[in-house]
Amino acid sequence: MSSTLKKYFSRGYLYFFLVPSLAMIVFFFFIPAILTFLIGLTDMDYTLEWRWVGLKNFYQMLRDRWTPKIFNNTMFYVFTTLGFFNVGTALLISILTMHIDEKVGAAFRAIWLLPRITPSTVYALMWLWATRGEATSLFNWILGFLGIPPIEWRLQAPWLLVILVNGFVGASFGMIIFTAALKSIPVDYTRAALVDGASTFQMIRYVELPLIKWPVMFVTAYQTLSLLTSYEYILLVTDGGPGLYTTEVWALYSYHMAFQIYGGGSAQYGYGAALSAILVIIGLILSTIYWKVFRMGELMIEPKIEVD
Amino acid sequence: MQKKVLRYIKRSIPYIILIFITLPIILLYYSLFISSISTEVIGLIPQGFTLKHWEFLKTGEIRVPGTTTTYYPNLYITTINTFILAVTIAFLEVIFSSLAGYVISRYKFRGRTRLLQIILILHSFPGITLLIALFYILNIMGLYNTLTGVIIIKVALDLPLDIWIMKGFFDGVPWDLEMSALVDGCNRLEAWWKVIMPNVRNGIMAIIIFGFLSGWSEFIYILTFISEQKYWTLSMLVYALTSGEYFYIDPGVTATVAIVYMIPVVLFFLFAQNYLLRIQITSKGTF
Repeated sequence: MSSTLKKYFSRGYLYFFLVPSLAMIVFFFFIPAILTFLIGLTDMDYTLEWRWVGLKNFYQMLRDRWTPKIFNNTMFYVFTTLGFFNVGTALLISILTMHIDEKVGAAFRAIWLLPRITPSTVYALMWLWATRGEATSLFNWILGFLGIPPIEWRLQAPWLLVILVNGFVGASFGMIIFTAALKSIPVDYTRAALVDGASTFQMIRYVELPLIKWPVMFVTAYQTLSLLTSYEYILLVTDGGPGLYTTEVWALYSYHMAFQIYGGGSAQYGYGAALSAILVIIGLILSTIYWKVFRMGELMIEPKIEVD
Repeated sequence: MQKKVLRYIKRSIPYIILIFITLPIILLYYSLFISSISTEVIGLIPQGFTLKHWEFLKTGEIRVPGTTTTYYPNLYITTINTFILAVTIAFLEVIFSSLAGYVISRYKFRGRTRLLQIILILHSFPGITLLIALFYILNIMGLYNTLTGVIIIKVALDLPLDIWIMKGFFDGVPWDLEMSALVDGCNRLEAWWKVIMPNVRNGIMAIIIFGFLSGWSEFIYILTFISEQKYWTLSMLVYALTSGEYFYIDPGVTATVAIVYMIPVVLFFLFAQNYLLRIQITSKGTF
């Protein structure tokens, strides 16, 4: 076989191997990202017809009387969940489980993984059942011992419920990253601190926490984007309610504009896409920033061998 | 003596805190299980053992108690749909990601760095924000209200992460192995299939488990892109039982459906936790 022919075959495999994935990425990432902006410039409804309206949807977003409320909701939801659970509880679990018996610690961490791998609908069902208004529901029953009268959590404490439901799923991501980081702290450091007479608390405060600064920043940045764009559990638990937009966040608002069944079934794909476009822009910017700040580029080692 | 007691108390503090914050999770799963085998549950205390909530499994028909009306699709048809969805997603993700991961790990070609960069950025980019555009595309392609449509979209959105994981595994296979296969007369395709793939078994397992669970649990895309009950998956069924208030009428049966739905998840949790952990580290998960 001539060398050109060999080369041709080699290239042929290359494309054969790469084409399915490339096609999927182009068709279901690139084109949809562009389409989101284009649809955002129309007032597309259930007929799926393109009627260009320019920037009307974006002006409407500025004038929409719900925009400030939904913006505030989103900020409140993202930063409360992030602070208390995705970073706070995650740090607490990973540090505590490192300071107890190794096997018991691993068992605790395993339990925290359960909510994440449980199907979202089952997980939401468990919470809704446990927090229903009757005095016999799990939460009200326990609170009854403290003398607190039963409440309908979904209606009377919707934000608390939304944050708890999301938080118990969200904590495990940080937990895994922080645990891996803590495990990689060289023994010399902790031994040196012990020799100097550091208490457990001082060890955590002056040795462990400063050494996992980067992982903490990474989790904070990464989970901000995730929380900003995820609405699955809110949809399942309160669906933005009770009442009008009490727990509605930006991403869910966009979803409701396009796909909400009740309330006239308006199918406002144009306005919904415009709302999504804002999130797509934020998503692209943040993903690129992570790539730069956390030096993900260094992960892109050159191939060990060259086949040309 | 007093010192000893003090030290004992001090040592138990982390355990107490951990038990306190972990208890809600344990109690939630306990409640679900206990509801399916009790006539009634008050708080944590079951009132009377029964298996009647499991009886509907004989036919899979979920009925309003005391009537013959069924508002919901048959459990077994729904389970089969879910299974088809999950298996196909896992299968396609393995094929596509091991092909692409191999090329990216082994070949130097124009645009490789750019491609890797895009894959890494996409891996943290939230695909869910593209929902409306994807809805439009599925409609144009005639794939709205088909499981095929949901499968394609799930595979596409999971792929950047899968490729990244597989590339990592291929990077760990020494080039000599492949070289000897080529010298022995394999062509590259044969070398890939016969020599390289068996050496990345762990990666393949990880992608299969991740893909299967990702398809098995999928909810939003089913809710949005499927309009007929005959294509429902278990996530839609559980959602319908919850939002349709059926779970107030018959909490026992609802809990049983949820438990049946959880079976593969629990199996993977018990037997494949290492794979799951490995994926979770690199994965964005649900969020």
